[in-house]
Amino acid sequence: MTGAGMLLRHFLRRDRWMLLAWSVGITVLYWSQAVSVKGLYATQEEFDRAAVAMEANTAFIAMTGPARALNTVGGQVTWQATAFGAITIGLMSMFLVVRHTRAEEESGRDEMLRSAAVGRRATTAATVLVALVANVLTGTLVTLSLVTFPLAVPDSLALGVGLAAVGMVFAGVALLAAQLTSSPRAAYGLTGAVIGAAYVLRAVGDVGSPALTWMSPIGWYQGMHAFSGVRWWPLALLVLAASSVIAAAGWTFGGRDHGAGVLTARPGPVRADAFLGTPLGLAWRLQRGSLIGWSLGLLLTGLSYGSLGTDIGDLLGDSETTQDMFVRGGTDLVEGFYATSIVMLALMSCGYAVSAALRPRHDESSGLAEILLATGLSRRRYLLAQVVLTVTGSAVVVGAAGLGLGVGYALTTGDGSAVGTYLLAMLPYLAPVLVLSAVARLLFGVHARAALLAWVGLLFAVVVLLFGQVLQIPEWLQAVSPFDHLALVPAEDFGWAPFLALLAVAAVLSGAGQLLFRRRDIEVR
Amino acid sequence: MPAVTSYRGGVSNPIEIQGLVKAFGSVRALDDLDLSVEQGEVHGFLGPHGAGKSTTIRVLLGLLRASAGSVRLLGGDPWADAAALHRRLAYVPGDVTLWPNLTGGEVIDLLGRLRGGLDERRRADLVERFELDPSKKGRTYSKGNRQKVALVAALASDVELLLLDEPTSGLDPLMEAVFQQCVEDFRAGGGTVLLSSHILAEVERLCDRVSIIRSGRCVESGTLTELRHLTRTTVRAETTRPPEGLGDLVGVHDLLLEGRRVAFEVDTSALPSALAALQDAGIGTLTATPPTLEELFMRHYGDDVSDTASGASGGAS
Repeated sequence: MTGAGMLLRHFLRRDRWMLLAWSVGITVLYWSQAVSVKGLYATQEEFDRAAVAMEANTAFIAMTGPARALNTVGGQVTWQATAFGAITIGLMSMFLVVRHTRAEEESGRDEMLRSAAVGRRATTAATVLVALVANVLTGTLVTLSLVTFPLAVPDSLALGVGLAAVGMVFAGVALLAAQLTSSPRAAYGLTGAVIGAAYVLRAVGDVGSPALTWMSPIGWYQGMHAFSGVRWWPLALLVLAASSVIAAAGWTFGGRDHGAGVLTARPGPVRADAFLGTPLGLAWRLQRGSLIGWSLGLLLTGLSYGSLGTDIGDLLGDSETTQDMFVRGGTDLVEGFYATSIVMLALMSCGYAVSAALRPRHDESSGLAEILLATGLSRRRYLLAQVVLTVTGSAVVVGAAGLGLGVGYALTTGDGSAVGTYLLAMLPYLAPVLVLSAVARLLFGVHARAALLAWVGLLFAVVVLLFGQVLQIPEWLQAVSPFDHLALVPAEDFGWAPFLALLAVAAVLSGAGQLLFRRRDIEVR
Repeated sequence: MPAVTSYRGGVSNPIEIQGLVKAFGSVRALDDLDLSVEQGEVHGFLGPHGAGKSTTIRVLLGLLRASAGSVRLLGGDPWADAAALHRRLAYVPGDVTLWPNLTGGEVIDLLGRLRGGLDERRRADLVERFELDPSKKGRTYSKGNRQKVALVAALASDVELLLLDEPTSGLDPLMEAVFQQCVEDFRAGGGTVLLSSHILAEVERLCDRVSIIRSGRCVESGTLTELRHLTRTTVRAETTRPPEGLGDLVGVHDLLLEGRRVAFEVDTSALPSALAALQDAGIGTLTATPPTLEELFMRHYGDDVSDTASGASGGAS
């Protein structure tokens, strides 16, 4: 353990901004729920009505947790924030732990440290302490923010302490994963899978089989019943679990060599399959993980929007602000809400479309483009493969969002035709998504480093959509956003002209980017 | 084995560069560079970091566009005909980046296929000779192993030209020997190699001709024998009588006489008369050391000594 204190100081110094960002972010997650719930409902009757609608919505419960005391601000905070809070603090703990253990071992820095007068277990001990500092800090900030809101002190304390304890359970899991695997990526994968399983177990448990909820640390945290008759004994489960996994990780650490994992890395294929030898096959192989991730993410987000069904009227209340925000172009609240949701989902899909368009930039700055373009692969064919994958991938991601929205709505309302309706309403938004992606392609064609500016385009579109009215952005400037032109289906009727025009703009921008790329120097390191 | 091709228009050299300029903004990375590499030779390309070796190779690969000058590669234009020319050559960079989630074996196949095909027997043979584990993922390879992956992919391809940019900087001496053997085999099959390096022993052993570049310009080019003519031989001898007249000979420098032991440096042109003077004094023992490549190199890079030839011997000690 010699040197653990020194290492702890060093870690805290390295991590101070990251720790601050995570803990403040998680605190805002809790605190903003309190603020938004308080502002949403004008009267207690309205609140009660919304609570009844929420309690009856199985999809909601599966997503967030057991419905308890939903007609109170504290109950709402607990319900809305705890599941996502637990996941987020789990991710924070995971990044923190793996960063100081497995990642350091792989980079060779740990070897240098351990050759100094530092005990064998000093790194591990200091890592656990850093995780403890981070989790306690987050828990404290959450409690303080809720107490000052003001909400009841014991319940606010339960939310904060429980959160820190869940964080330590996942920190322990990450520490154990770092011993079992032999690469940071695998350690992230294993820990992420455990966090995901904890979430799914409690989701299934909350909907119908309570026994499963009690197999999940997130379930224990929510089992503390903050703001609905707080009880403390589930905290003991969390503390016990955290200390056992950390102890198990410590024991495993003692039995392995430096740099090795308990599970040896599986050797990969020694030959490439036929598809990998083509530019499109290579692009697919490198980006399939990201495409699958984004598609699943948008499918789930679409599902969660869709599962609100026709309850929106009750959930949002009748206040004028909500009416203004969601009823754009239509008079019907439900249709207006879904039209807005579709635009939001499209903006999220841009995250994929722009990052996929920026992939060649990564190839170029890392030196991979140099190796590829020194073969018989021409610049035209190289970039064309990237374009094909980006366009197809964007269509898949947008389609997944629409499918999720439709299926969610159909499951909640029993209206099967909604699947087709919402999918068809979502698909035209591929055009503005491709316009933003093409802007990235054009910038990349001009200069590899300039390409990052494409994110400014997405930011602009988001600002126009969310704050266009509030900030009174002039009409002509709003019209620059490609999202400002399509009809708001289902609130309005679909028109072909703007859709085709946007597609044409995307094609021209992307084509120009591809031509420019063939004429410029490849950036060298 | 590499196919031997004849080039159109009387230009028969695989690489022919004249007056090449490459400017990045106001910086001239290459400034009126000439370089010709002949069919079937291993051509050493020497120079310190920043001299413009990598820039030259990237112009040859069509990754960078020449600002001025003429560049012919395998009889074609490296910028306009890049992809077609690349099917006939293979390139190994000095700092190889691999895809973190592809295995070494997959990368070898990928690069080979994009070049237009691999020789399966040679691929297997090279993997074994370089002792490469092709089942490991790119992220787990050390620098030397990444280099081996790129070397196997290049050497197993059916090409007529190799562009190697400091390809052995991460290899251990055993692997270095394997590499040298592979290059010699490639040349024996009629292939041409441009080898940028600062491992002088490697260049001295492998290269038929050498070009030395400095600040984006070629300052010396020729066979090692030709280059050696430009510098001096170190001579040490023990004679039966003290030698006479050595000090008066034009071309003898740094003469050191200690009784019957003598040491001096001599220009190649004055070598016969100097040896005659020694013979007159009765030679007991004699060692004559030809200038090493290192001395040639130092003569051009030992900054302020580049004009005064006395720097050559100083740099070699």
